Amino acid sequence: MRPLTDDETKTFFEKLSKYIGENIKLLLDRPDGAYCFRLHKDRVFYVREDLMKKAGHIARKNLISLGTSFGKFTKTGLFRLHITALDFLAPYAKYKIWVKPNAEQQFLYGHHVMKSGLGRITENTTQYQGLVVYSMNDLPLGFGVAAKSTAECRHTDPMTVIAFHQADIGEYIRSEDTIL
Amino acid sequence: MADLVENVLRKAAEKESKYKTIEVEKDIDVDIDVGLLLASDPNPIDLKKIRAHREKFLQDLARDNTQLLINRIWQLPTEKVEDAITVKLPDPKLLLPREKRIPKGKPLTKWGKKQEWKPKWGYKRANDETQDWMIEVPDNADPNEDQFEKKKKARKERGAKNELQRLRNIARSQKSKVPGVGLTPTDHPSKDHVTKALTAARKSTASIGKFTANLKDEKTAKHGKKRKFESNYGDMKSETKKQLNILDRITSKKPRVDVSQAVNQHIAKEEKSRSKFNKSFSKKKDSRNRKPPEKNFKKGKNNKVKFQGKNNKMKFQGKKKRS
Repeated sequence: MRPLTDDETKTFFEKLSKYIGENIKLLLDRPDGAYCFRLHKDRVFYVREDLMKKAGHIARKNLISLGTSFGKFTKTGLFRLHITALDFLAPYAKYKIWVKPNAEQQFLYGHHVMKSGLGRITENTTQYQGLVVYSMNDLPLGFGVAAKSTAECRHTDPMTVIAFHQADIGEYIRSEDTIL
Repeated sequence: MADLVENVLRKAAEKESKYKTIEVEKDIDVDIDVGLLLASDPNPIDLKKIRAHREKFLQDLARDNTQLLINRIWQLPTEKVEDAITVKLPDPKLLLPREKRIPKGKPLTKWGKKQEWKPKWGYKRANDETQDWMIEVPDNADPNEDQFEKKKKARKERGAKNELQRLRNIARSQKSKVPGVGLTPTDHPSKDHVTKALTAARKSTASIGKFTANLKDEKTAKHGKKRKFESNYGDMKSETKKQLNILDRITSKKPRVDVSQAVNQHIAKEEKSRSKFNKSFSKKKDSRNRKPPEKNFKKGKNNKVKFQGKNNKMKFQGKKKRS
């Protein structure tokens, strides 16, 4: 376990800001206590300071997880967000997409969001913008990337992909053993 | 009675005189190889006798020697097989040369015709440089230098290096301290080599170079960069501040005007106005005497006249000036 280096912080924040923009500030300095990002076995954890200090006593080999896992650095040095980060992405999300009830299951099984399943979308969403996916009753289901901008969405036919799937809460069951 | 006995004896003596005795006397024993039914007589030939009666002498000699051979055969244990007396001959003593020539080996295959295989390295290797009987002196080499000696020396040095590495490997595997070789002298040291030698020399004092003065514009040899991370339990405030700075840098890098977003907005606005227009169009479609929306400028014809007049005026003025 160690703090992130500057380069790592940069790649991590660049990825995170695609979803929550400058709201990362709100994660960094919180009025309810000191929180920090820590790297452990290539994974980035968002953890309360005192908890992190306690976890420091555990041998690196034995420490599996602490706080909330945000994702992991790939071997090529990119950062990949995991579904566990959704708890912190959803409240600060800048761009959202709402999915119709009958398309919810499709998304939760790991499929992309089609135009037919699109309930609502944030205005001015650009292409390839990070999105948080909600059900129609405002339950965060996962996140993805906009395949089409809002304006383009209006004209496309119902079978085109609107948002690419990246992570969904179905993964808690589907990939239970690899989710950490 | 006496006659009869005499008669019989005389007949036997007569019969005996008809046949020659089986006893044969020889000065030197005849070599007999019963296995091959061979008798060879080493006795010298009486030249006088052979010149006198050549045929008779040879016949007698042959007969005597044959008798000796047959005598020897009769000494062997006999066996009776169907009224015939047989003898089992022993193995021949004399070694005869083989009748036929030694069989030729199989002709070599195409592969076998090629040169015999030699290992790439080691004893009796292919292209063994040390076995060269002549070496060409390279262009830029000293002509008086012994190239053979040079090669031998180089080979020895390689062996020594290998031995050193072997020992170092043993030391490493046993986790004992591995001695460093330091810098080995070379004929043409590179710049890097010189700097390394210099830094090594600077440290090679009793005080490990603590009091060695730096030369002017001297550069110390570079060592590999060590990976270093921030402390896990460092100052949390400064860490957050640092991260906020990085965040600021990221957000400030983004262009103020997002082009695609602006284009999207523009498209959206256009679409809105078009849809509004379409709505109004469909409403007015009911009344057939629809007028196009009024514009600020007057009718086209008027406009044109005005323009022409203006132009003409210019022309006219020009003419006026000239005349």
